[in-house]
Amino acid sequence: MTILEVEGLGIDFGGLTAVGKVSFSVDRGKIVSVIGPNGAGKTTLFNMISGIYLPTRGCVRLEGRDITGVASHKLAAMGMSRTFQNLMVFQQMTVLQNVMAGRHLTEGVHVLPDLLGLPGSRRRNRESEREAQRLLELVGLARGARREASELSYGGLKRLEIARALATQPKLLLLDEPAAGCNAVETQEIDKLISDIAETGVSILLVEHDMKLVMKISGHVVVMDQGEKISEGRPEVVAHDPRVIEAYLGTEAEGAKTHASG
Amino acid sequence: MSGLSVRTATLLALALIVVLAPVLFPSSFYYRVGALIFVNGLATMGLVILVGYAGQVSLGHAGFVGIGAYACALGPVYLGLPQILCVVLGAAISALLAFLVGRPILKLKAHYLAVATLGLGILIYMVIYNEGWLTGGPDGMDVQPLGVRELLKDYGIKVGSSELWYWISGVVLLVGAFVALNLHNSPAGRALRSLHDSEVAASTIGIDVARMKLTAFVISSVYASVAGSQVALMNRFVTPDVAGFIHSVELLTMAVLGGAASVMGAVVGATILTALPQVLTVFEDFEHVLLGLIMMLVMIFLREGLVPSLARRMRRSVS
Repeated sequence: MTILEVEGLGIDFGGLTAVGKVSFSVDRGKIVSVIGPNGAGKTTLFNMISGIYLPTRGCVRLEGRDITGVASHKLAAMGMSRTFQNLMVFQQMTVLQNVMAGRHLTEGVHVLPDLLGLPGSRRRNRESEREAQRLLELVGLARGARREASELSYGGLKRLEIARALATQPKLLLLDEPAAGCNAVETQEIDKLISDIAETGVSILLVEHDMKLVMKISGHVVVMDQGEKISEGRPEVVAHDPRVIEAYLGTEAEGAKTHASG
Repeated sequence: MSGLSVRTATLLALALIVVLAPVLFPSSFYYRVGALIFVNGLATMGLVILVGYAGQVSLGHAGFVGIGAYACALGPVYLGLPQILCVVLGAAISALLAFLVGRPILKLKAHYLAVATLGLGILIYMVIYNEGWLTGGPDGMDVQPLGVRELLKDYGIKVGSSELWYWISGVVLLVGAFVALNLHNSPAGRALRSLHDSEVAASTIGIDVARMKLTAFVISSVYASVAGSQVALMNRFVTPDVAGFIHSVELLTMAVLGGAASVMGAVVGATILTALPQVLTVFEDFEHVLLGLIMMLVMIFLREGLVPSLARRMRRSVS
């Protein structure tokens, strides 16, 4: 059963083709990774899927519904949420409030009760706080939940973004380079976290250039180069595809191959 | 910090200031300055919600102050309404205008939004200034009293106008602070504050960015309008300057100086810009130079504004 279908998706920026025609799909509860060298168009592809860019051609379907060009905030309501490569944490809030903000769709907008501090507003706050605490425990940030978000380490911010995205109760979670800039230990933790999330039934689409992480946890890998899909399949198959080795791994092919299988 | 939440601490501190400050007042002139601070503080609190929480700017907020003020000037004359209803009417008109105008202009960002709101403020000012048959034009017009003093007199209580307005504006300020503080860590408040740091991230967690911006704009317009009504009722007279560009800039400066995201900062900012010019008069010719210098130094060394910067330093020295 597929949750996400991407069909011939592409975008041009002023006559320049950033992404050509990319097609692939994500099965429910699976981890699918998009990999490729820098500038391959991975993040651009992500921005089209998550409604930040309007694609020039092709379409995106979530649970069979065409969602091409649907605004981000509506996609969140349909069950898709994402994180960002260059972090977009709410710096002026505490760690806990960041995750509580992710409960916006469940809380709904009731401005007057919130202004007056009515019991309903406080009840929704308590529910959100409880759920946010649970998610912070899941990502390993329960301690220091009341600190300013800006005080977190880089790896901590990455996990905070994941917790915030999970607070929207997504069916599909898009993770943009969750391990970029993290050290080996942090990468391993994120690796485990992503697997744990997938086990709860959330489908995951991942953009990553850390081959090790991708190979270990993904069930399916899509390889991009210069705006086009050049290969896809099971990680061990893709890692030995000559086109991938040439485009992605270049002259470091031998080293990367051992990297991939290790 | 343990025990007191920021919300409770701020409300307590403000209540104490309102109640205890008169102990230091040697004459009724000080009550008047105090009332002006509270009224400016209220309008500034609206900007704290718009600028500090939601990260949007307005250079035309005095326009809404003007609507509130002229509602109290015109309402009793043309509609025969009691003043208290005129305050409500002014707030309703301000909210409606903010809602209608906010929709298109809040799509703009940063300096584009600044210029668009500036235009809105000037538009309101020009209408008040030019429609002399209705508003008295540049000469301004008289405002009928609220009627509280007469009411109190019937019960044998005599209060001076300055004293009365000190207490009224003080209570309204506390209500305004209560509302702004409730909003801060409420569901709607978090949605507003999320816009401040990243509109894109806000939208990916399901926040309708346009709708929440509009909400902040409407709320802040009501604060400004109620402040304007109080100015009119207190002075018993209004001129178009209440809606003028300079006043808009003053309000924004108060918010930024005190700390744009801080409710307490709004009152501190309003106090500095309202009271400091009175204090600095002893320096005569250098009054404005000093005021400008103080503002620059605060922004250079306490960038987040007085209250948040000082609070951060205190927390650091404690821990």
